[in-house]
Amino acid sequence: MIFDEYNPLDNKIYQVLDENGNLVNDKDQPNLSDDELLYLFKTMLYERTIDEKALSYQRQGRMLTYAPNIGQEAAQIGSAYAIDKDDWLVPAFRELGAWLIKGVPLKNIYLYWYGNEWGSHFPDDIKMLPVSVPIASQLQHATGIGMANNIKGEKNVVMTYVGDGGTSHGDFHEALNFAAVFNAPVIFIIQNNQYAISTPRKVQTKSKNLAVKAIAYGMPGILVDGNDLFAMYNASKAAVERARNGEGPTLIEAFTYRLGAHTTSDDPTKYREDKEVEEWKKKDPILRLELFLKNKGLIDDKWVENTKAELEKDVTATFEEIEGKSDTEIDDIFKFTYEKMTPQLEEQLSEYKAFLEGGNK
Amino acid sequence: MPNTLNMVQAINQALIEEMNSDETIVVYGEDVGVEGGVFRVTADLQKKYGEKRVFDTPLAESAIVGTAVGMAINGLRPIVEMQFSGFSYPAFNQIISHVARMRNRSRGKYNLPMVIRAPYGGGIRALEHHSESTEALYAQIPGLKVVIPSTPYDAKGLLISAIRDNDPVLFWEPKRIYRAFKQEVPEGTYEIPIGKAKIIQSGEDITVVSWGAMVRDVQKAIEMVKVKDISVELIDLRTIAPMDRESFIESVKKTGRILVVHEAPKTLGVGAEIISIVNEKAFLYLEAPPTRLTGFDTTFPLPRGEQHYIPTPERIAKTIEDVVRY
Repeated sequence: MIFDEYNPLDNKIYQVLDENGNLVNDKDQPNLSDDELLYLFKTMLYERTIDEKALSYQRQGRMLTYAPNIGQEAAQIGSAYAIDKDDWLVPAFRELGAWLIKGVPLKNIYLYWYGNEWGSHFPDDIKMLPVSVPIASQLQHATGIGMANNIKGEKNVVMTYVGDGGTSHGDFHEALNFAAVFNAPVIFIIQNNQYAISTPRKVQTKSKNLAVKAIAYGMPGILVDGNDLFAMYNASKAAVERARNGEGPTLIEAFTYRLGAHTTSDDPTKYREDKEVEEWKKKDPILRLELFLKNKGLIDDKWVENTKAELEKDVTATFEEIEGKSDTEIDDIFKFTYEKMTPQLEEQLSEYKAFLEGGNK
Repeated sequence: MPNTLNMVQAINQALIEEMNSDETIVVYGEDVGVEGGVFRVTADLQKKYGEKRVFDTPLAESAIVGTAVGMAINGLRPIVEMQFSGFSYPAFNQIISHVARMRNRSRGKYNLPMVIRAPYGGGIRALEHHSESTEALYAQIPGLKVVIPSTPYDAKGLLISAIRDNDPVLFWEPKRIYRAFKQEVPEGTYEIPIGKAKIIQSGEDITVVSWGAMVRDVQKAIEMVKVKDISVELIDLRTIAPMDRESFIESVKKTGRILVVHEAPKTLGVGAEIISIVNEKAFLYLEAPPTRLTGFDTTFPLPRGEQHYIPTPERIAKTIEDVVRY
């Protein structure tokens, strides 16, 4: 079991695929078919394209504040691919790749960042919660969903995400503690991308890594190379198996790096050196999987080029579907506060409409 | 045999009857399981329904509420307890950021049928943080309902409505009158609608609006002013949010005067809202300034001082007279 082999107290990082796309150990190569490998790689490219297009739309004034994922694709996609359709996904806000794997349509995702709540109204069969902005607060929802599974005798599991900054929150402690005490089937993924906006990881905790925190809660923790799709998938899969077998929660630290800004409102040059970013670019999760797949003969330059062009066309078309026609309906602002509008809300809505209808827009 | 209960027993009976008919209901919090709650409101529930549906948690209010959000999303109807309303602040973020917003945020995909129960209010000679009245803090948050009963009968019917509501309800229990009196309460379930006030008695000269433990004090005051020929219309608000505005608007149109009595601090309290509504909707009917008699804008005093904080029947009676004689 990898959780025994990689005790976080030893600060040993679990890796399967190195920066050059070579397998560090053959025995850990995940049991994924060629089709699956291509699907996962294509989803990573899709995620990168969505981010790059969103950043460019934002610069053109066509998109609002956006939180890019560049550099963290393996951490997100490798983990989310380990759960099934019937399992739950509880996001923070920077897990685009996980959402795509879960089947959330890009139209929803863009609509959310475009500023309309309907973006968070996912199709009925998608068991994912909306983005949670208050840091670490979503972990408790994940634990609650898992506790409910135990009460109802259901076998599905919950995968949830938090950043390195989020581990400093009280909610992180409470959620992990409850999950362990009630043996909730939850997989906690920390995307340690080294910065909480401008605050570096070392300011968050004196612990030598974040996975080590699991030990005090009485659950396994593992430090994983977050830029390695295979390591993330393996560790997550093992954690999912534990949860499904009634063995309770697991904490996974994905050691990764945010190559871009916190959001489009942030300027990372103020708090980190270009040299550091350049070093991490060499560890790009997409780069190493691309090398691996090329060595395996599954793809070539032409395939990559065609796929990227195809994805870009798709992303552009989706954005254009929502652009300029996604203003919020006034009724929708009021309608979802309660199951039934209160007399107060009805009055406020009708007074406002009367004002608008009076021609005073 | 008549079913004569105090408020603690009435709430307990509501929980039992609802748990009998709805297996998705779970009850949890600090000391609610084995002990049955520090006020015994959840007594015997764990014995009846087992540790899966009724359980004690680690001491963490934020997680008690936060996990209830997840449970409600995943098909259960959690009823969680804050041991005292003054201990609910660690859960403030969950309540405001998620409990109140999940329906709107997800455009109706996820609703949260959950109840947060808490004993609130002073007058029981308790330690610091055990006596405050916090209803206004929560009543301003869009998406929350805030309910406060004033009798055992109302407590049972309102709690049943709260449990069956598909929106989150904060059920604040006036612990000063938990065991103050008994009342005949029907066996079997019945609902008292949320969002509807109750006219406890009608009168001609002044409207008094109150809720929770203060209602009994107002009733005592009404007896005191009766001998002075003052006829009072008493309204028990019962739901703080969403408030039944019609109840006191119509009443003020008849009496021309209004006094709001609450235990919570005065400034920016629920009384301020009620009086604003009266000014907006019944301004021309007023014959005296709308008036508030409330707790002070101070920290709730420790037991040796609390008799000064909570408006007494004597002060209420004096204020009623002042408003009527204005």
